[in-house]
Amino acid sequence: MKHTISVLVENEFGVLSRISGLFSGRGFNIESLSVAPTLDPDTSRMTIVTRGDDRILEQINKQLNKLISTIKVVDFTGEEFVERELALIKVATESESRAEVLRIVDIFRAKVVDVTARSYTVEITGAPAKVDALLELLRPMGIKEIVRSGPVVLGRGMKGVAG
Amino acid sequence: MKKTGSQILLECLQQEGVEKVFGYPGGAVINIYDDLFESPIQHILNRHEQAAVHAADGYARATGYVGVVIATSGPGATNTVTGIATAYMDSIPMVIISGQVPTPLIGNDAFQEADMVGITRPCTKHNYLVQDIKDLPRVIKEAFYIARTGRPGPVLIDLPKDIQVATLKYTYPDTVKLRGYKPTVTGNKRQIDKAAKMLLRAKRPVFYVGGGTVQSNASGELLALAERLQVPVTTTLMAMAAFPQAHPLALGMLGMHGTYFANMAVTDCDLLVAVGARFDDRVTGRIDAFASKAKVIHIDIDPTSIKKNVAVDLPIVGDIKNVLGALLDNLADQDEAVSESVSGLQDWHETVSHWKASHPMGYQASTSVIKPQYVIEKVRELTDDDAIISTEVGQHQMWTAQFFRFSQPRTFLTSGGLGTMGFGLPAALGAQVAFPDRQVIDISGDGSFQMNSQELATLVQYRLPVKIVILNNNFLGMVRQWQQLFFEKRYSQTCMELPIDFVKLAEAYGATGLRTDKVDEVGAVITKALETPGPVIMEFKVAREENVLPMVPAGKGIHEMVLAS
Repeated sequence: MKHTISVLVENEFGVLSRISGLFSGRGFNIESLSVAPTLDPDTSRMTIVTRGDDRILEQINKQLNKLISTIKVVDFTGEEFVERELALIKVATESESRAEVLRIVDIFRAKVVDVTARSYTVEITGAPAKVDALLELLRPMGIKEIVRSGPVVLGRGMKGVAG
Repeated sequence: MKKTGSQILLECLQQEGVEKVFGYPGGAVINIYDDLFESPIQHILNRHEQAAVHAADGYARATGYVGVVIATSGPGATNTVTGIATAYMDSIPMVIISGQVPTPLIGNDAFQEADMVGITRPCTKHNYLVQDIKDLPRVIKEAFYIARTGRPGPVLIDLPKDIQVATLKYTYPDTVKLRGYKPTVTGNKRQIDKAAKMLLRAKRPVFYVGGGTVQSNASGELLALAERLQVPVTTTLMAMAAFPQAHPLALGMLGMHGTYFANMAVTDCDLLVAVGARFDDRVTGRIDAFASKAKVIHIDIDPTSIKKNVAVDLPIVGDIKNVLGALLDNLADQDEAVSESVSGLQDWHETVSHWKASHPMGYQASTSVIKPQYVIEKVRELTDDDAIISTEVGQHQMWTAQFFRFSQPRTFLTSGGLGTMGFGLPAALGAQVAFPDRQVIDISGDGSFQMNSQELATLVQYRLPVKIVILNNNFLGMVRQWQQLFFEKRYSQTCMELPIDFVKLAEAYGATGLRTDKVDEVGAVITKALETPGPVIMEFKVAREENVLPMVPAGKGIHEMVLAS
């Protein structure tokens, strides 16, 4: 089962390798990982998407907590949360397909952030499924390159993941 | 007044109460070694960095203090890795200072550069690369705090050469501030209450005791609790000395080479109380057959150990000494319930006695050839109760666990988790540094001994009177045993075809060497060695193809033992 976990960590040298090394060393899987500092520059927040049964997730949670650099771990599975991912998609555009690309972009409330004579670069933000859907529709137009941030999540309501 | 990084390091070590360090000099730590002249800290010069770490490890195991090691960058530092991994697997408190190339050169493949923080990340509890002299006092404070608290473990500090010569006016911090590290020491009161109830209700309870009990110095509480409730106690390899093995409640070791009665008791029990043990595969055998009739209470300071390998009915996170003490307190005013519970265990004790009588620990004695088990029994007989015993890894290690009836905590130093050959000699060295007046004996095999035999030089140089028992069968015995049992006696690369003259080897280092192949000389050789000042090698030519039994073959349940005939 898929789990999305937020991890607050000390924003210090080598912390990413501690987290990723823990996952690889213990045979846990990482589907995506995103990380950036929080309002407190000494703290970073990671969002990790992983898979496993209850026993594995319990171990992941405990092992993450065991790291000295980890301040807090929250598994959002079963919780209400907002999930967003950003993707940039470079689409090759021939003259006949340019209008169609723009229509699709419009329907998804994505936007074109760079234009050349032969390409559009599209920015989309949304749940990963929405990004998947847009990619599916743009694929026949000729996607040259994509980059996805991996999802980031926040719990709904006032409940927070402060350290 | 401003001090250099290396001066600060040595002063901070003193602040932490460090009196002895083990190590080996080199270019990237030359400043530290220069300042050692002015420091009251005694440095022991081992002959290999791996041995320096094992020595610090033995020092830590025997005392409970944090062991300290200094090694230079690159090869010096990478040589420490096996020692660090050994300490990590057995949760031994240790701080390792590795020199590093100057910060501007890091990442440039400089001479004797290795990424030690990267290399040791999976085998340290935590590690640091000091990039600013201002961080140094805090890092040292944190390193010692992390190493000795919670589930103890090794912490590495990688210290670049330019930080060692940089200067700073500093004060050593009194406290640590670590947002992400707050070990749970006190067990949850309600869980402890439940555990007491389960113990009082159980009809076939067993304590399964591991190294955490040693780390927590909880042997006294364990003995008191076991006696109060009359619960049989089986110990893991790491905990053989945590419970007096001659005690009527002692079941000895469990697991792959455990006693018949320990393995049967665990298989049949209705309540298994794991005390600072982690359900290692060498203990459990086939996991679904392990204590399958039992409710499980698991007491451990490390939450990750709980429910890692087996389902647990009642987890208690906390320090063993604290939790066992709380259990004793809980039972203190329940005399009636306790005596009722104890009288309800009569059938269980009869069953256990029956197992003990039907399959006692033993071996086929011989008058013509020295049995290795006999040597171990003789060493027990002729040494003091507080003698410290270390072992290497292999058959001799298992025989020591099986036949040396340990009676005092912190007297058995052995590499359990990682199983590191070459551990015993330097570990004994470290223990002897800590306790110059106690008997310290390394029980070894001819294979393992040769993995760190250079430490004879260190023993002789520092006049450390470690006595070394070599059970010489000219084989890598444990692997040979597996090849005999599971590979049709195809002894691939396990016969040590070149016979070593260990007596001459001892003499080459200025130590004493004794040898015998006669059964009736074994006692006299041990006595003579114990009376001889300085380090002594006792080489016993033993039965070559003796096997460690009982044995649970890989993949079997622990009740499916191959027994001694």
